[in-house]
Amino acid sequence: MFWNEEIETMPRQDLEELQLKKLQATVKRAFEKIPYYNKKYSEIGVYPEDIETLKDIEKLPFITKDDLRESYPFGLFAVDIKEIKELHSSSGTTGKPVVSGYTEKDLDTWAETIARGLTMMGIGEDDILQNTHGYGMFTGGFGVHYGSHKVGAAIIPISTGQTRRQIEIMKDFGATGLIFTPSYGIHLAEVALEDGIDPKELGIRAIGFGAEGWTEEIRQRVEELFGCKAYNIYGLTELMGPGVGVECCAQKGLHIAEDIYYPEIINPDTQKVIGGDTPGELVLTNLEREGMPVIRFRTKDLTKLTYEKCECGRTHARMSRITGRSDDMIKVKGVAVFPSQIEKALLKVGDAEPHYMIIVTRPGTLDEIEIKVEVSQEIFFDGVKDMMHVQTKIAKSIENETGIRVKVTLVEPKTLPRFEGKAKRVIDKRNLH
Amino acid sequence: MKIKQLSIFLQNKMGSLAKPLEVLTVADVNIRAMCMADTSEFGILRLVVDDPMKGKEALEENNFLVKITDIIGIEMNDTPGGLTSVLDVIRDNLIDLEYLYAFSHKKEDKAILLLHADDIDKLIDVLSKNNIPLVSAEEVYNL
Repeated sequence: MFWNEEIETMPRQDLEELQLKKLQATVKRAFEKIPYYNKKYSEIGVYPEDIETLKDIEKLPFITKDDLRESYPFGLFAVDIKEIKELHSSSGTTGKPVVSGYTEKDLDTWAETIARGLTMMGIGEDDILQNTHGYGMFTGGFGVHYGSHKVGAAIIPISTGQTRRQIEIMKDFGATGLIFTPSYGIHLAEVALEDGIDPKELGIRAIGFGAEGWTEEIRQRVEELFGCKAYNIYGLTELMGPGVGVECCAQKGLHIAEDIYYPEIINPDTQKVIGGDTPGELVLTNLEREGMPVIRFRTKDLTKLTYEKCECGRTHARMSRITGRSDDMIKVKGVAVFPSQIEKALLKVGDAEPHYMIIVTRPGTLDEIEIKVEVSQEIFFDGVKDMMHVQTKIAKSIENETGIRVKVTLVEPKTLPRFEGKAKRVIDKRNLH
Repeated sequence: MKIKQLSIFLQNKMGSLAKPLEVLTVADVNIRAMCMADTSEFGILRLVVDDPMKGKEALEENNFLVKITDIIGIEMNDTPGGLTSVLDVIRDNLIDLEYLYAFSHKKEDKAILLLHADDIDKLIDVLSKNNIPLVSAEEVYNL
């Protein structure tokens, strides 16, 4: 089953021609309409006409989350605000968030990518799709919503939380498709089982996963619990939202909508483009975006690509499951947390930056985060009450900075591991990679 | 008058007390009195030693976090009610004690009580006015 068979099964050569045309148009528009690109490209002497082949994209500089942040809020828009129909923002809480703007056509393109994905998952007009992704500035909720409209499924925009109500609705409405983050999905199933409802009996036919890391074991567990297949969905607010890549029935990687996003894999250290099958950092370019074309965005997500034709018949490149990050970002309870935020929070408590370590675990189905902080002279007091106060103050400061609650453990000086070169601040015991 | 007490930060885990004590043994620093304030996760080890500065240096060389805290010592009768009579005076003068610990003296029928309050000078003042004998730091170090 295809949503857009012509495009999705297009011979590679034709696809690449299409990509080149779209890339040239995108670079030209960005250069003409967005001062950021005009300045950046002029500075290094690269102009739209220098893009003669797809490989010429390598002449263009990368854009990072920091660049996007510096253009807050609308600095990277290529159109007037009157053309913008919707605004979203990333969940990241470091400094200013990243804003994404969509024209009418962009919303349609976004829906198209999700529609392709839902079709890959076997979801169509006969289905009732329960979307537990949050509706709001987070792109997860609305992206799935628009795609579901396109394929004609009946969407239940229930959003996140209220687990027992979710189960009741699932049962009463006869949901056949579910969209959730893997950890929330497992939680849902466990609560259902506690209440004497076997999720397998609910008649769910397909599950779409997104917004956090997972392993093959987690997928198997979800599939066992719900008695159906679970498919990975990948996307980023910066580029549009979910739908950049979705898994097909073969479950052998996520098909990137290559006529809409141009993928590259780079070595994050040398920043050179490396061949498809070598793991590296994913770099993405919008090929079909009016409101805010983003060119060569460093996702920091580590993956690899294969251009081999898939057994499902699609020719679009497949990316493997994200195996890590080229920076230290961690996703805890679906929220992006950077060690730099923890550092900032610690600096606010004591004058000097203490040595610390972030430990992420998932004792049951939900994430827990512990910050171990080496006590220094600045934050050491003779009284137990004072020390408890220090602990609370650190926890509060971190919560203010990241939005999540953490457990703070004070440890003796020089007891946390030291690293040569780049410090390793995060120990992720969730076994997601 | 004021006694220099070493306050050492320790994690509450098996064996964590052994290490600083070993350091002091090697440095030939003798412990006169000790008390431990603990929570489920960490503790503060408070020590009165014969040579506070030497003790602090040795511990810091071994990466321990040490603070010198001023406390005072008083001599009280080692008889039932001895401690109560001292505490009554402190309470009546509205002084909030942070902590205290006691040990018996070499002197017959005498004990030493070590005290810490936020306002240590006021504590000294009150005790002196009530004729409670303060013990000199040297006396405690050299017990």
